Amino acid sequence: MSRDKILAAARQNKPAPVPLPEIPAFAWPAEDLLASFSAALEKSGGKANLVKAGTPIAPAVKALYPEAQRIVNYVDGDTAVNEQLVQDPAAIDVVVLKGQLGVAENAAIWLTDWDCANRVLPFLTQHLVLVIDKDTLVGNMHHAYAVMGQQNPAYGVFIAGPSKTADIEQSLVIGAHGPRSMQVFLIER
Amino acid sequence: MRVALFIPCYVDQFYPQVGIATLKLLQHLGLDVHFPMQQTCCGQPMANGGFEHLTHSCNANFIKAFDGYDYIVSPSGSCVLHVKDHLHDPKQEDKATQVRQRVFELCEFLTDIVQVQSLQARFPKRVAVHQGCHGQRGLQLAASTETVTPRFSKPLQLLKMVEGIELVNLDRPDECCGFGGTFCVTEEAVSAAMGLSRVADYTKHEAQVVTGTDVSCLMHQEGLIKRRKLPVQVMHIAEVLAAGL
Amino acid sequence: METKTIPHAEAATKFLANPARVQWHDETLWFVRYKRDKIVNEIPEWEQLRNLASQIKEHTLSQLDQYLEQFEAAAQANGVIVHWAADAADHNRIVHSILQQHNARKIVKSKSMLTEECHLNPYLEAQGIEVVDTDLGERIVQLNKEMPSHIVLPAIHIKKEEVGEIFHQHLGTEKGASDPLYLALAAREHLRQKFLAADIAITGVNFAVAETGAIVVCTNEGNADLGAHLAKVHIACMGIEKLIPRTEHLSVFLRMLARNATGQNITAYSSHFRKPAPGQEMHIVIVDNGRTTQLGREAFRNSLKCIRCGACLNTCPVYRRSGGHSYHNATAGPIGAILAPNLDMRKNADLPFASTLCGSCTDVCPVKIDIHNQLYQWRQVLTQEGYVPAAKTASMKAMASVLSSPARYSFAGKWARKFLRWFPSLALNKRLNPWAKQRDLPTPPKESFREWYQKNGGNQ
Repeated sequence: MSRDKILAAARQNKPAPVPLPEIPAFAWPAEDLLASFSAALEKSGGKANLVKAGTPIAPAVKALYPEAQRIVNYVDGDTAVNEQLVQDPAAIDVVVLKGQLGVAENAAIWLTDWDCANRVLPFLTQHLVLVIDKDTLVGNMHHAYAVMGQQNPAYGVFIAGPSKTADIEQSLVIGAHGPRSMQVFLIER
Repeated sequence: MRVALFIPCYVDQFYPQVGIATLKLLQHLGLDVHFPMQQTCCGQPMANGGFEHLTHSCNANFIKAFDGYDYIVSPSGSCVLHVKDHLHDPKQEDKATQVRQRVFELCEFLTDIVQVQSLQARFPKRVAVHQGCHGQRGLQLAASTETVTPRFSKPLQLLKMVEGIELVNLDRPDECCGFGGTFCVTEEAVSAAMGLSRVADYTKHEAQVVTGTDVSCLMHQEGLIKRRKLPVQVMHIAEVLAAGL
Repeated sequence: METKTIPHAEAATKFLANPARVQWHDETLWFVRYKRDKIVNEIPEWEQLRNLASQIKEHTLSQLDQYLEQFEAAAQANGVIVHWAADAADHNRIVHSILQQHNARKIVKSKSMLTEECHLNPYLEAQGIEVVDTDLGERIVQLNKEMPSHIVLPAIHIKKEEVGEIFHQHLGTEKGASDPLYLALAAREHLRQKFLAADIAITGVNFAVAETGAIVVCTNEGNADLGAHLAKVHIACMGIEKLIPRTEHLSVFLRMLARNATGQNITAYSSHFRKPAPGQEMHIVIVDNGRTTQLGREAFRNSLKCIRCGACLNTCPVYRRSGGHSYHNATAGPIGAILAPNLDMRKNADLPFASTLCGSCTDVCPVKIDIHNQLYQWRQVLTQEGYVPAAKTASMKAMASVLSSPARYSFAGKWARKFLRWFPSLALNKRLNPWAKQRDLPTPPKESFREWYQKNGGNQ
């Protein structure tokens, strides 16, 4: 009943048609996408690491988080270990996931539920490591949606840095509810 | 070109020196300036108070006073904005439209119509500028800091032509002073707090004089300054631009 | 939490009784505005983006009925259960009925101004159901039994020492502790337990995409995702104005939202929920609550373009000095002042007058809502509808009469100046004349400009 009432009122009260604009092809002014991406990531509390293709990620992660006991690694980790650890996702120390693309203007990385294994993993883990191919970097969000905009996954997320809050006197605290740190590995081919 | 001087009511009654400076400045530039005695008020106090429907007779009187002049020039961005946005008269909308199109704030008239390139004025002081919000954002006398547009300021463009002047950079270049018409009494506490922040910005930067495009904003800030006996002098921009003429 | 409405000016005066706190409040919010200026100036096409965002929203509003139907059909095809709520009561009943169906006792909720607008929490509490707000700022005000004072920074009016005391009482943190890092980590531990135990998660919606039926939620804390992914059931509550036509339009809004709100390039998480995860259930509640009425008010309809970035609050010189609670509504500040009268003119007649019409809100708005013009227009409507005091009407009528006649005007002006010269103490009486509380009056000149002009006029 409310449905029909709302739709009827919207129909009756809406203004005359207004055309839908086209979004122009805005360029991202910086030529060096990696530099833009790294600067934006640092600004949002994360860190970028450039590695050569073929470099193993697992030892690098271990070196970054020497204290970590429970590392779920979907990039070059052990499948059996992963499967066992995700039984208790709240106890995971580090999650390593492959992202689909990175955005230079804001260091956002696109992941869908196919990339996350379980939607909650990148949020519940204490630390998050995302791996992307450097070649997937695009300039801005228009470029990003041009690439992944038609995917329409069941769930997808842009992640740009660790979880954070400034709700107490505008003091920035990294690690609000989700990851307390975020490292990004960019694979250079 | 016949120029009519529009002197807002409170300037007429309480700040005649601003009207005199404006007249002097325009005459010094060789303009044929007249002050129509019929004029009273633009009706803004009622309209901003929610009583635009009571401004019909004010509007009719305004049109009667200023009809037929090539330009209507006023030392008040706020009153000019009100006329430009809200002056209507169903009985003579043609004339109302003409008035709306011909009314200019003093600075924009000087930079855009007269296109002055130099001034004779001399004013060797440290000056802070309060570009009233209605003039700055409403009439686009200057780019506002909220927008990502080319920077410009018509009042500053003119002030830079004054010999000896030292312009002060404020922490908040276009923060509202809190006058706001009836707001200054209905929201007295907020109004005064806003004005005091503004004044603190001037004193922090050791301005000797604060100037602006609107006497209303300046009157409010002058009231706060005088009560606290602060060493800042308040002058309308017309007085600075006409200094030494 | 419904309390007696204190008029804005009175509440502001109370807030201003503590000048040091007001200065801090003003400077903190000004710093957010400063960070916003800095970051938007890195985007050369910023003004173009504002135009695009505005046009996309205007277009959507002009076909809102079709987009709502398209969105509903797409969401249903995705396996989402769609509900429609005509008003706040309807919304609260619907949410409650979903909770009842699942026999849910433990509810977590991420930021949703709509649920604040509908007073969902007190409604559910009255039914014996506890809702835990998981946004840190919202959790702070919830524990302190207050409303958020800002749509993006809910606890911006509270000092860290006070947060320390609130957390000491409710979360058992050390007495006297006020370090934001310590307090935020305590909240993290406290809320993790809530997330892990929750039956149902409620979230707001930042954008709803008509073509796909997806909703997008933006947070920095990750609390919307933690809630929605861990609970069996996700309820997303949205106003009808959250719609945008297509996925690609998100690019415009996601570039602007966080930059304008907090001076960040983008929020840490921009989550696109289209289908529930296997084994989970997802509901979307589409709420009107006065929005279609606002759509019909020509002068005010484009307030529905708002994306709740909060920049007009940060920039507003009145808001910064009166505090969010002085607007006695879930949404404070300039945008609140043009939305609230639509819902209740009598209760909110004071709000459009709580502004100097400086126009900073309009210039900072990412979707180009002419906020200060709408404040002006609301003043006209409220006056015409009889929601202003009779004494004001009488004085305005007298003023109009004087100012429309040159003779009456000259007479009154002359006597006003004489009065000020003869009885300065009366004019400076702080009770009779609020101007004089903190301000001196101008020194009345002997001669008005017109008197001077008649003597010296054209002969300069």
